[in-house]
Amino acid sequence: MSKTVNQKAWWLVLPVFVMVAFNALIPLMTVVNYSVQESFGNNEFFWSGTVWFQQLLADDQIHESLLRQIVFTSIVLAIQVPLGLSIALCMPKKGPWVSVCLVLMALPLLVPWNVVGSMWNIMALPDIGLLGKGINALGIPFNYTRQPMAAWFTVILMDVWHWTSLVVLLCYAGLVSIPDAYYQAAKVDGAKPWAVFRYIQLPKLKHVLTIAILLRFMDSFMIYTEVIVLTGGGPGSTTKFLSIDLVQKALGGFDLGPAAALSIVYFLIILLMSWLFYTLMMRNEAN
Amino acid sequence: MTKRSFVPIIYIIFLMLPIYWLLNMSFKTTNEILGGFSIFPREFTLDSYRTIFSDPSWYMAYVHSLIYVGLNTLFSIAVALPAAYAFSRFKFLGDKHLFFWLLSNRMAPPAVFVLPFVQLYSAVGLHDTHIAVALAHTLFNIPLAVWILEGFMSGVPKELDETAYVDGYSFPAFFGKIFIPTISAGIGVAAFFCFMFSWVEMLLAKNLTTVAAKPIVAAMTKTSSASGYELGLLAAAGVLTIIPGAIVIYFVRNYIAKGFALGRV
Repeated sequence: MSKTVNQKAWWLVLPVFVMVAFNALIPLMTVVNYSVQESFGNNEFFWSGTVWFQQLLADDQIHESLLRQIVFTSIVLAIQVPLGLSIALCMPKKGPWVSVCLVLMALPLLVPWNVVGSMWNIMALPDIGLLGKGINALGIPFNYTRQPMAAWFTVILMDVWHWTSLVVLLCYAGLVSIPDAYYQAAKVDGAKPWAVFRYIQLPKLKHVLTIAILLRFMDSFMIYTEVIVLTGGGPGSTTKFLSIDLVQKALGGFDLGPAAALSIVYFLIILLMSWLFYTLMMRNEAN
Repeated sequence: MTKRSFVPIIYIIFLMLPIYWLLNMSFKTTNEILGGFSIFPREFTLDSYRTIFSDPSWYMAYVHSLIYVGLNTLFSIAVALPAAYAFSRFKFLGDKHLFFWLLSNRMAPPAVFVLPFVQLYSAVGLHDTHIAVALAHTLFNIPLAVWILEGFMSGVPKELDETAYVDGYSFPAFFGKIFIPTISAGIGVAAFFCFMFSWVEMLLAKNLTTVAAKPIVAAMTKTSSASGYELGLLAAAGVLTIIPGAIVIYFVRNYIAKGFALGRV
Protein backbone atom coordinates (compact mmCIF):
# COMPACT_ATOMS: atom_id res chain seq x y z
CA MET A 1 0.00 0.00 0.00
CA SER A 2 1.35 3.44 -0.89
CA LYS A 3 1.64 5.65 2.16
CA THR A 4 1.35 9.41 2.16
CA VAL A 5 3.85 11.59 3.96
CA ASN A 6 2.15 13.23 6.90
CA GLN A 7 4.13 14.61 9.81
CA LYS A 8 0.93 15.12 11.83
CA ALA A 9 0.86 11.34 12.27
CA TRP A 10 3.26 11.94 15.14
CA TRP A 11 0.27 13.12 17.20
CA LEU A 12 -1.29 9.68 16.79
CA VAL A 13 1.91 7.97 17.88
CA LEU A 14 2.55 10.34 20.78
CA PRO A 15 0.61 8.43 23.49
CA VAL A 16 2.49 5.22 22.69
CA PHE A 17 5.76 7.12 22.59
CA VAL A 18 5.15 8.75 26.00
CA MET A 19 4.07 5.50 27.69
CA VAL A 20 6.84 3.35 26.33
CA ALA A 21 9.43 6.07 26.93
CA PHE A 22 8.35 6.31 30.57
CA ASN A 23 8.66 2.55 30.93
CA ALA A 24 11.77 1.99 28.86
CA LEU A 25 13.93 5.10 28.89
CA ILE A 26 13.87 5.93 32.61
CA PRO A 27 14.80 2.38 33.69
CA LEU A 28 17.43 2.12 30.97
CA MET A 29 18.98 5.41 32.09
CA THR A 30 18.98 4.10 35.66
CA VAL A 31 20.79 0.99 34.52
CA VAL A 32 23.34 2.98 32.52
CA ASN A 33 23.85 5.20 35.54
CA TYR A 34 24.55 2.30 37.88
CA SER A 35 26.84 0.62 35.40
CA VAL A 36 29.42 3.41 35.57
CA GLN A 37 29.23 4.18 39.29
CA GLU A 38 30.34 2.71 42.59
CA SER A 39 28.00 2.77 45.58
CA PHE A 40 28.76 2.36 49.28
CA GLY A 41 25.12 2.60 50.33
CA ASN A 42 23.37 5.73 51.64
CA ASN A 43 22.63 6.68 48.06
CA GLU A 44 26.15 7.96 47.60
CA PHE A 45 27.58 7.24 44.20
CA PHE A 46 31.05 7.69 42.78
CA TRP A 47 32.17 7.63 39.18
CA SER A 48 33.86 4.34 38.47
CA GLY A 49 34.23 4.37 34.70
CA THR A 50 34.31 1.03 32.95
CA VAL A 51 35.45 -0.98 35.94
CA TRP A 52 32.24 -3.06 36.08
CA PHE A 53 32.49 -3.87 32.40
CA GLN A 54 36.09 -4.99 32.82
CA GLN A 55 35.06 -7.11 35.77
CA LEU A 56 32.28 -8.59 33.62
CA LEU A 57 34.77 -9.61 30.94
CA ALA A 58 36.86 -11.41 33.53
CA ASP A 59 33.98 -13.00 35.47
CA ASP A 60 34.02 -16.77 34.98
CA GLN A 61 30.60 -17.21 36.53
CA ILE A 62 29.02 -14.95 33.91
CA HIS A 63 30.93 -16.63 31.10
CA GLU A 64 29.52 -19.93 32.26
CA SER A 65 25.93 -18.72 32.44
CA LEU A 66 26.29 -17.08 29.04
CA LEU A 67 27.64 -20.32 27.60
CA ARG A 68 24.80 -22.28 29.22
CA GLN A 69 22.35 -19.77 27.79
CA ILE A 70 23.73 -20.14 24.26
CA VAL A 71 23.72 -23.95 24.48
CA PHE A 72 20.16 -23.96 25.84
CA THR A 73 18.84 -21.59 23.16
CA SER A 74 20.56 -23.56 20.37
CA ILE A 75 19.20 -26.91 21.57
CA VAL A 76 15.72 -25.50 22.01
CA LEU A 77 15.71 -23.95 18.52
CA ALA A 78 17.17 -27.10 16.96
CA ILE A 79 14.36 -29.20 18.45
CA GLN A 80 11.35 -26.91 18.31
CA VAL A 81 11.64 -25.52 14.78
CA PRO A 82 11.93 -28.85 12.89
CA LEU A 83 9.48 -30.56 15.24
CA GLY A 84 6.92 -27.76 14.98
CA LEU A 85 7.26 -27.71 11.20
CA SER A 86 6.76 -31.48 10.88
CA ILE A 87 3.72 -31.45 13.14
CA ALA A 88 2.20 -28.61 11.11
CA LEU A 89 2.82 -30.55 7.88
CA CYS A 90 0.91 -33.54 9.34
CA MET A 91 -2.09 -31.52 10.51
CA PRO A 92 -5.36 -31.92 8.60
CA LYS A 93 -6.06 -28.92 6.36
CA LYS A 94 -9.78 -28.67 7.06
CA GLY A 95 -12.55 -30.42 8.91
CA PRO A 96 -14.04 -30.33 12.40
CA TRP A 97 -10.83 -31.57 14.03
CA VAL A 98 -8.77 -28.56 13.05
CA SER A 99 -10.34 -26.25 15.65
CA VAL A 100 -10.02 -28.88 18.37
CA CYS A 101 -6.35 -29.41 17.48
CA LEU A 102 -5.62 -25.67 17.47
CA VAL A 103 -7.29 -25.03 20.83
CA LEU A 104 -5.56 -27.97 22.53
CA MET A 105 -2.20 -27.07 21.04
CA ALA A 106 -2.47 -23.42 22.06
CA LEU A 107 -3.25 -24.34 25.67
CA PRO A 108 0.36 -24.54 26.96
CA LEU A 109 0.98 -21.00 25.71
CA LEU A 110 -1.67 -19.65 28.10
CA VAL A 111 -0.35 -21.30 31.24
CA PRO A 112 1.40 -18.83 33.59
CA TRP A 113 5.13 -19.42 33.44
CA ASN A 114 5.52 -20.25 37.10
CA VAL A 115 2.72 -22.84 36.76
CA VAL A 116 4.63 -24.38 33.83
CA GLY A 117 7.57 -24.70 36.21
CA SER A 118 5.46 -26.21 39.01
CA MET A 119 3.74 -28.56 36.59
CA TRP A 120 7.02 -30.04 35.38
CA ASN A 121 8.42 -29.99 38.87
CA ILE A 122 5.56 -32.26 39.97
CA MET A 123 5.66 -34.26 36.73
CA ALA A 124 9.37 -35.06 37.01
CA LEU A 125 9.57 -35.88 40.72
CA PRO A 126 11.42 -39.21 40.84
CA ASP A 127 9.13 -40.85 43.41
CA ILE A 128 5.63 -39.51 42.67
CA GLY A 129 5.84 -37.84 39.24
CA LEU A 130 4.67 -39.54 36.07
CA LEU A 131 7.82 -38.69 34.11
CA GLY A 132 10.36 -39.26 36.88
CA LYS A 133 8.77 -42.51 38.01
CA GLY A 134 8.42 -43.65 34.41
CA ILE A 135 12.08 -43.10 33.57
CA ASN A 136 13.17 -44.76 36.79
CA ALA A 137 10.92 -47.71 36.02
CA LEU A 138 12.86 -48.21 32.78
CA GLY A 139 15.90 -48.82 34.91
CA ILE A 140 17.56 -45.46 34.22
CA PRO A 141 18.35 -43.59 37.44
CA PHE A 142 16.70 -40.19 37.16
CA ASN A 143 16.64 -37.41 39.75
CA TYR A 144 16.60 -33.85 38.45
CA THR A 145 17.46 -32.36 41.82
CA ARG A 146 20.79 -34.22 41.88
CA GLN A 147 21.87 -35.09 38.33
CA PRO A 148 22.81 -32.20 36.03
CA MET A 149 21.92 -34.22 32.92
CA ALA A 150 18.49 -35.07 34.28
CA ALA A 151 17.92 -31.41 35.15
CA TRP A 152 18.88 -30.30 31.63
CA PHE A 153 16.69 -32.99 30.10
CA THR A 154 13.71 -31.85 32.18
CA VAL A 155 14.27 -28.14 31.45
CA ILE A 156 14.51 -28.77 27.70
CA LEU A 157 11.51 -31.11 27.67
CA MET A 158 9.57 -28.45 29.57
CA ASP A 159 10.47 -25.78 27.02
CA VAL A 160 9.56 -28.09 24.14
CA TRP A 161 6.20 -28.69 25.83
CA HIS A 162 5.68 -25.00 26.46
CA TRP A 163 6.65 -23.44 23.13
CA THR A 164 6.64 -25.96 20.24
CA SER A 165 2.96 -25.11 19.68
CA LEU A 166 3.96 -21.57 18.75
CA VAL A 167 6.00 -22.91 15.82
CA VAL A 168 3.19 -25.33 14.89
CA LEU A 169 0.57 -22.57 14.86
CA LEU A 170 2.71 -20.22 12.77
CA CYS A 171 3.68 -22.89 10.24
CA TYR A 172 0.12 -24.14 10.03
CA ALA A 173 -1.14 -20.63 9.26
CA GLY A 174 1.54 -20.34 6.59
CA LEU A 175 0.64 -23.72 5.04
CA VAL A 176 -3.08 -22.99 4.90
CA SER A 177 -2.41 -19.75 3.03
CA ILE A 178 -0.71 -21.57 0.10
CA PRO A 179 -3.24 -21.61 -2.80
CA ASP A 180 -4.39 -25.01 -4.06
CA ALA A 181 -3.21 -24.14 -7.58
CA TYR A 182 0.40 -24.67 -6.49
CA TYR A 183 -0.28 -28.24 -5.39
CA GLN A 184 -2.23 -28.98 -8.56
CA ALA A 185 0.62 -27.71 -10.70
CA ALA A 186 3.01 -29.93 -8.73
CA LYS A 187 0.72 -32.93 -9.30
CA VAL A 188 0.65 -32.28 -13.04
CA ASP A 189 4.44 -32.18 -13.05
CA GLY A 190 4.52 -35.43 -11.08
CA ALA A 191 6.48 -33.92 -8.19
CA LYS A 192 7.44 -36.21 -5.30
CA PRO A 193 6.33 -35.19 -1.75
CA TRP A 194 9.89 -34.11 -0.96
CA ALA A 195 9.98 -31.84 -4.02
CA VAL A 196 6.63 -30.33 -3.04
CA PHE A 197 8.03 -29.57 0.38
CA ARG A 198 11.36 -28.27 -0.88
CA TYR A 199 10.14 -26.10 -3.77
CA ILE A 200 6.61 -25.08 -2.78
CA GLN A 201 6.00 -25.30 0.96
CA LEU A 202 9.39 -24.29 2.33
CA PRO A 203 9.77 -21.09 0.25
CA LYS A 204 6.22 -20.07 1.17
CA LEU A 205 6.95 -20.70 4.83
CA LYS A 206 10.13 -18.63 4.90
CA HIS A 207 8.34 -15.64 6.36
CA VAL A 208 6.53 -17.42 9.22
CA LEU A 209 9.62 -19.46 10.00
CA THR A 210 11.65 -16.27 10.40
CA ILE A 211 9.07 -14.94 12.84
CA ALA A 212 9.01 -18.24 14.71
CA ILE A 213 12.80 -18.31 15.04
CA LEU A 214 12.88 -14.64 16.08
CA LEU A 215 10.26 -15.15 18.80
CA ARG A 216 11.77 -18.40 20.04
CA PHE A 217 15.24 -16.90 20.12
CA MET A 218 14.15 -13.85 22.12
CA ASP A 219 12.01 -15.73 24.60
CA SER A 220 14.36 -18.64 25.19
CA PHE A 221 17.26 -16.23 25.66
CA MET A 222 15.44 -14.52 28.51
CA ILE A 223 13.98 -17.62 30.18
CA TYR A 224 13.71 -17.12 33.92
CA THR A 225 10.49 -18.02 35.71
CA GLU A 226 10.02 -21.58 34.45
CA VAL A 227 13.57 -22.63 35.33
CA ILE A 228 13.69 -20.88 38.69
CA VAL A 229 10.52 -22.74 39.75
CA LEU A 230 11.59 -26.07 38.27
CA THR A 231 15.23 -26.37 39.32
CA GLY A 232 16.10 -23.04 40.95
CA GLY A 233 19.17 -23.00 38.72
CA GLY A 234 20.48 -26.22 40.24
CA PRO A 235 21.76 -28.75 40.95
CA GLY A 236 24.69 -26.55 41.88
CA SER A 237 24.49 -23.93 39.18
CA THR A 238 24.19 -26.28 36.23
CA THR A 239 20.93 -24.79 34.95
CA LYS A 240 21.67 -21.20 35.96
CA PHE A 241 20.92 -19.16 32.85
CA LEU A 242 21.69 -15.49 32.26
CA SER A 243 18.44 -14.05 33.65
CA ILE A 244 18.74 -16.10 36.82
CA ASP A 245 22.29 -14.89 37.33
CA LEU A 246 21.20 -11.31 36.71
CA VAL A 247 18.23 -11.37 39.08
CA GLN A 248 20.38 -12.94 41.81
CA LYS A 249 22.92 -10.16 41.38
CA ALA A 250 20.40 -7.31 41.17
CA LEU A 251 17.82 -8.31 43.78
CA GLY A 252 19.70 -10.79 45.94
CA GLY A 253 23.14 -9.31 46.32
CA PHE A 254 22.34 -5.67 45.52
CA ASP A 255 25.53 -5.58 43.46
CA LEU A 256 24.06 -2.71 41.48
CA GLY A 257 27.13 -1.91 39.39
CA PRO A 258 27.93 -5.42 38.11
CA ALA A 259 24.22 -6.21 37.66
CA ALA A 260 23.71 -3.05 35.61
CA ALA A 261 26.75 -3.74 33.44
CA LEU A 262 25.49 -7.28 32.82
CA SER A 263 22.01 -5.92 32.00
CA ILE A 264 23.42 -3.68 29.31
CA VAL A 265 25.55 -6.37 27.68
CA TYR A 266 22.64 -8.85 27.89
CA PHE A 267 20.20 -6.43 26.28
CA LEU A 268 22.69 -5.54 23.54
CA ILE A 269 23.20 -9.21 22.61
CA ILE A 270 19.45 -9.75 22.21
CA LEU A 271 19.04 -6.45 20.39
CA LEU A 272 21.81 -7.24 17.90
CA MET A 273 20.49 -10.73 17.12
CA SER A 274 16.92 -9.50 16.82
CA TRP A 275 17.97 -6.63 14.56
CA LEU A 276 19.57 -9.17 12.23
CA PHE A 277 16.37 -11.23 12.13
CA TYR A 278 14.25 -8.10 11.72
CA THR A 279 16.20 -6.81 8.71
CA LEU A 280 16.02 -10.30 7.17
CA MET A 281 12.28 -10.38 7.73
CA MET A 282 11.69 -6.93 6.29
CA ARG A 283 13.75 -7.81 3.24
CA ASN A 284 11.57 -10.89 2.75
CA GLU A 285 8.48 -8.77 3.03
CA ALA A 286 9.80 -6.28 0.49
CA ASN A 287 10.43 -9.05 -2.07
CA MET B 1 -7.66 -41.56 9.52
CA THR B 2 -4.37 -41.52 7.70
CA LYS B 3 -0.95 -42.49 9.01
CA ARG B 4 -0.05 -38.82 9.13
CA SER B 5 -2.73 -37.80 11.59
CA PHE B 6 -1.03 -39.87 14.30
CA VAL B 7 1.69 -37.26 14.61
CA PRO B 8 -0.60 -34.44 15.86
CA ILE B 9 -2.45 -36.93 18.08
CA ILE B 10 0.75 -38.11 19.76
CA TYR B 11 1.85 -34.49 20.17
CA ILE B 12 -1.46 -33.53 21.79
CA ILE B 13 -1.23 -36.49 24.16
CA PHE B 14 2.27 -35.28 25.13
CA LEU B 15 0.82 -31.79 25.76
CA MET B 16 -2.03 -33.11 27.89
CA LEU B 17 0.02 -35.42 30.14
CA PRO B 18 1.48 -32.75 32.49
CA ILE B 19 -1.90 -30.99 32.63
CA TYR B 20 -3.54 -34.28 33.56
CA TRP B 21 -0.90 -34.89 36.21
CA LEU B 22 -1.57 -31.44 37.70
CA LEU B 23 -5.31 -32.15 37.71
CA ASN B 24 -4.69 -35.56 39.26
CA MET B 25 -2.60 -34.02 42.07
CA SER B 26 -5.17 -31.32 42.74
CA PHE B 27 -7.81 -33.94 43.65
CA LYS B 28 -5.58 -35.83 46.06
CA THR B 29 -5.04 -35.29 49.76
CA THR B 30 -1.55 -34.22 50.80
CA ASN B 31 -1.05 -37.57 52.53
CA GLU B 32 -1.91 -39.49 49.41
CA ILE B 33 0.42 -37.35 47.27
CA LEU B 34 3.37 -37.88 49.56
CA GLY B 35 2.35 -41.49 50.22
CA GLY B 36 3.27 -42.75 46.80
CA PHE B 37 2.70 -42.96 43.08
CA SER B 38 -0.81 -43.36 41.68
CA ILE B 39 -2.33 -42.66 38.30
CA PHE B 40 -5.78 -41.80 39.69
CA PRO B 41 -6.70 -40.11 42.97
CA ARG B 42 -7.75 -42.93 45.33
CA GLU B 43 -9.44 -40.69 47.88
CA PHE B 44 -10.99 -38.09 45.60
CA THR B 45 -11.18 -34.76 47.43
CA LEU B 46 -12.03 -31.16 46.65
CA ASP B 47 -10.30 -29.89 49.79
CA SER B 48 -7.60 -27.99 47.94
CA TYR B 49 -10.17 -26.11 45.88
CA ARG B 50 -12.26 -25.49 49.00
CA THR B 51 -9.25 -23.93 50.71
CA ILE B 52 -8.61 -21.63 47.76
CA PHE B 53 -12.20 -20.45 47.50
CA SER B 54 -12.56 -19.83 51.23
CA ASP B 55 -9.23 -18.11 51.95
CA PRO B 56 -9.18 -14.44 50.84
CA SER B 57 -5.40 -14.45 50.45
CA TRP B 58 -5.92 -17.08 47.74
CA TYR B 59 -9.03 -16.01 45.91
CA MET B 60 -8.27 -12.30 46.11
CA ALA B 61 -4.96 -13.06 44.39
CA TYR B 62 -6.95 -14.20 41.34
CA VAL B 63 -8.99 -11.01 41.51
CA HIS B 64 -5.82 -8.90 41.69
CA SER B 65 -4.39 -10.70 38.67
CA LEU B 66 -7.57 -10.21 36.67
CA ILE B 67 -7.67 -6.49 37.60
CA TYR B 68 -4.17 -5.68 36.40
CA VAL B 69 -4.46 -7.89 33.33
CA GLY B 70 -7.70 -6.11 32.42
CA LEU B 71 -6.22 -2.65 33.01
CA ASN B 72 -3.16 -3.55 31.01
CA THR B 73 -5.22 -4.77 28.05
CA LEU B 74 -7.29 -1.58 28.17
CA PHE B 75 -4.28 0.76 28.30
CA SER B 76 -2.37 -1.11 25.62
CA ILE B 77 -5.20 -1.26 23.10
CA ALA B 78 -6.29 2.35 23.73
CA VAL B 79 -2.91 3.86 22.91
CA ALA B 80 -1.92 1.28 20.28
CA LEU B 81 -4.98 1.89 18.07
CA PRO B 82 -4.11 5.43 16.87
CA ALA B 83 -0.41 4.59 16.65
CA ALA B 84 -1.01 1.49 14.55
CA TYR B 85 -3.24 3.57 12.26
CA ALA B 86 -0.45 6.12 11.84
CA PHE B 87 2.10 3.39 11.02
CA SER B 88 -0.19 1.66 8.53
CA ARG B 89 -1.29 4.80 6.65
CA PHE B 90 1.41 7.47 6.83
CA LYS B 91 5.07 8.08 6.36
CA PHE B 92 6.56 10.43 8.88
CA LEU B 93 9.91 11.50 10.23
CA GLY B 94 11.63 8.58 11.95
CA ASP B 95 8.76 6.13 11.48
CA LYS B 96 10.94 3.09 10.73
CA HIS B 97 13.31 3.78 13.63
CA LEU B 98 10.39 4.33 15.98
CA PHE B 99 8.87 1.04 14.89
CA PHE B 100 12.05 -0.92 15.56
CA TRP B 101 12.56 0.89 18.86
CA LEU B 102 9.06 -0.20 19.90
CA LEU B 103 9.84 -3.78 18.90
CA SER B 104 13.10 -3.66 20.83
CA ASN B 105 11.08 -3.28 24.03
CA ARG B 106 9.38 -6.60 23.30
CA MET B 107 12.91 -8.07 23.25
CA ALA B 108 14.00 -6.57 26.57
CA PRO B 109 14.51 -9.28 29.18
CA PRO B 110 12.24 -8.55 32.18
CA ALA B 111 15.22 -9.45 34.38
CA VAL B 112 16.94 -6.29 33.14
CA PHE B 113 13.97 -4.14 34.10
CA VAL B 114 13.07 -5.60 37.48
CA LEU B 115 15.25 -3.46 39.71
CA PRO B 116 14.77 -0.12 37.87
CA PHE B 117 11.01 -0.75 37.76
CA VAL B 118 10.79 -1.34 41.48
CA GLN B 119 12.68 1.91 42.07
CA LEU B 120 10.71 3.87 39.47
CA TYR B 121 7.28 2.81 40.69
CA SER B 122 8.27 3.30 44.33
CA ALA B 123 9.47 6.80 43.47
CA VAL B 124 6.15 7.77 41.89
CA GLY B 125 4.21 6.16 44.74
CA LEU B 126 2.61 3.37 42.73
CA HIS B 127 4.41 0.39 44.24
CA ASP B 128 2.05 -2.41 45.29
CA THR B 129 -0.85 -1.13 43.15
CA HIS B 130 -2.60 -2.79 40.22
CA ILE B 131 -1.73 0.21 38.09
CA ALA B 132 2.01 -0.36 38.61
CA VAL B 133 1.85 -3.91 37.24
CA ALA B 134 -0.53 -2.90 34.45
CA LEU B 135 1.81 -0.08 33.40
CA ALA B 136 4.93 -2.23 33.71
CA HIS B 137 3.41 -4.87 31.43
CA THR B 138 2.63 -2.26 28.78
CA LEU B 139 6.39 -2.24 28.16
CA PHE B 140 6.07 -5.39 26.07
CA ASN B 141 2.32 -5.34 25.36
CA ILE B 142 2.07 -1.93 23.66
CA PRO B 143 4.72 -2.83 21.05
CA LEU B 144 3.00 -6.17 20.48
CA ALA B 145 -0.44 -4.55 20.13
CA VAL B 146 0.93 -1.93 17.72
CA TRP B 147 2.51 -4.66 15.59
CA ILE B 148 -0.58 -6.86 15.46
CA LEU B 149 -2.98 -3.98 14.83
CA GLU B 150 -0.71 -2.49 12.17
CA GLY B 151 -0.70 -5.86 10.39
CA PHE B 152 -4.49 -6.06 10.41
CA MET B 153 -4.93 -2.38 9.42
CA SER B 154 -2.59 -2.73 6.45
CA GLY B 155 -5.03 -5.30 5.12
CA VAL B 156 -7.83 -2.71 4.98
CA PRO B 157 -7.81 -0.81 1.66
CA LYS B 158 -7.12 2.88 1.89
CA GLU B 159 -10.17 3.66 -0.26
CA LEU B 160 -12.29 3.08 2.85
CA ASP B 161 -10.69 6.11 4.53
CA GLU B 162 -10.89 8.29 1.42
CA THR B 163 -14.55 7.52 0.76
CA ALA B 164 -15.41 8.37 4.36
CA TYR B 165 -13.63 11.72 4.19
CA VAL B 166 -15.42 12.53 0.91
CA ASP B 167 -18.69 11.72 2.66
CA GLY B 168 -17.85 14.40 5.21
CA TYR B 169 -16.70 12.32 8.16
CA SER B 170 -14.18 13.97 10.47
CA PHE B 171 -11.19 11.82 11.51
CA PRO B 172 -12.52 10.92 15.00
CA ALA B 173 -15.98 10.11 13.61
CA PHE B 174 -14.49 7.96 10.85
CA PHE B 175 -12.15 6.20 13.26
CA GLY B 176 -14.82 5.41 15.84
CA LYS B 177 -17.80 4.66 13.59
CA ILE B 178 -16.24 3.02 10.55
CA PHE B 179 -12.65 1.98 11.07
CA ILE B 180 -12.81 0.34 14.50
CA PRO B 181 -15.78 -1.88 13.57
CA THR B 182 -13.94 -2.87 10.38
CA ILE B 183 -10.90 -4.18 12.22
CA SER B 184 -12.74 -5.59 15.24
CA ALA B 185 -11.18 -9.04 14.62
CA GLY B 186 -7.73 -7.50 14.84
CA ILE B 187 -8.62 -5.70 18.06
CA GLY B 188 -9.87 -8.98 19.50
CA VAL B 189 -6.63 -10.74 18.64
CA ALA B 190 -4.46 -7.90 19.98
CA ALA B 191 -6.48 -7.86 23.21
CA PHE B 192 -6.07 -11.62 23.51
CA PHE B 193 -2.29 -11.34 23.22
CA CYS B 194 -2.13 -8.50 25.76
CA PHE B 195 -4.23 -10.61 28.10
CA MET B 196 -2.04 -13.62 27.54
CA PHE B 197 1.37 -12.03 28.05
CA SER B 198 0.21 -10.11 31.10
CA TRP B 199 -1.43 -13.20 32.60
CA VAL B 200 1.59 -15.46 32.27
CA GLU B 201 4.29 -13.02 33.43
CA MET B 202 5.58 -13.48 36.96
CA LEU B 203 8.91 -11.75 37.58
CA LEU B 204 7.66 -8.15 37.29
CA ALA B 205 4.23 -8.84 38.77
CA LYS B 206 5.77 -10.45 41.82
CA ASN B 207 8.39 -7.81 42.51
CA LEU B 208 6.11 -4.82 41.96
CA THR B 209 3.60 -5.99 44.57
CA THR B 210 3.73 -6.98 48.24
CA VAL B 211 0.29 -7.28 49.84
CA ALA B 212 -2.43 -5.03 48.46
CA ALA B 213 -2.13 -6.16 44.84
CA LYS B 214 -0.42 -9.54 45.22
CA PRO B 215 -1.21 -11.59 42.12
CA ILE B 216 -1.85 -15.33 41.95
CA VAL B 217 1.53 -16.06 40.40
CA ALA B 218 3.19 -14.58 43.50
CA ALA B 219 0.71 -16.14 45.94
CA MET B 220 1.59 -19.58 44.60
CA THR B 221 5.16 -19.29 45.85
CA LYS B 222 3.94 -19.42 49.46
CA THR B 223 2.88 -23.07 49.23
CA SER B 224 6.50 -24.11 49.28
CA SER B 225 7.48 -22.09 52.33
CA ALA B 226 4.57 -21.89 54.79
CA SER B 227 3.73 -25.32 56.19
CA GLY B 228 5.92 -27.73 54.32
CA TYR B 229 5.28 -28.44 50.68
CA GLU B 230 1.54 -28.43 49.99
CA LEU B 231 1.55 -29.97 46.55
CA GLY B 232 -2.21 -30.49 46.38
CA LEU B 233 -2.89 -26.81 47.00
CA LEU B 234 -0.21 -25.79 44.53
CA ALA B 235 -1.71 -28.08 41.89
CA ALA B 236 -5.25 -26.80 42.47
CA ALA B 237 -4.09 -23.18 42.24
CA GLY B 238 -2.26 -24.06 39.02
CA VAL B 239 -5.33 -25.70 37.50
CA LEU B 240 -7.37 -22.58 38.28
CA THR B 241 -4.82 -20.36 36.46
CA ILE B 242 -5.22 -22.40 33.27
CA ILE B 243 -9.00 -21.94 33.08
CA PRO B 244 -9.15 -18.25 32.01
CA GLY B 245 -6.65 -18.97 29.24
CA ALA B 246 -8.62 -21.97 28.03
CA ILE B 247 -11.76 -19.84 27.85
CA VAL B 248 -10.28 -16.95 25.87
CA ILE B 249 -8.42 -19.28 23.50
CA TYR B 250 -11.72 -20.68 22.31
CA PHE B 251 -12.82 -17.26 21.01
CA VAL B 252 -9.70 -16.54 18.99
CA ARG B 253 -8.87 -20.09 17.83
CA ASN B 254 -9.00 -19.18 14.15
CA TYR B 255 -6.93 -16.02 14.51
CA ILE B 256 -4.30 -17.07 17.02
CA ALA B 257 -1.65 -17.92 14.41
CA LYS B 258 -2.29 -14.68 12.59
CA GLY B 259 -1.72 -12.87 15.86
CA PHE B 260 1.58 -14.63 16.51
CA ALA B 261 2.66 -13.71 12.99
CA LEU B 262 1.82 -10.11 14.01
CA GLY B 263 -1.08 -9.98 11.56
CA ARG B 264 1.18 -10.84 8.64
CA VAL B 265 0.25 -14.31 7.43
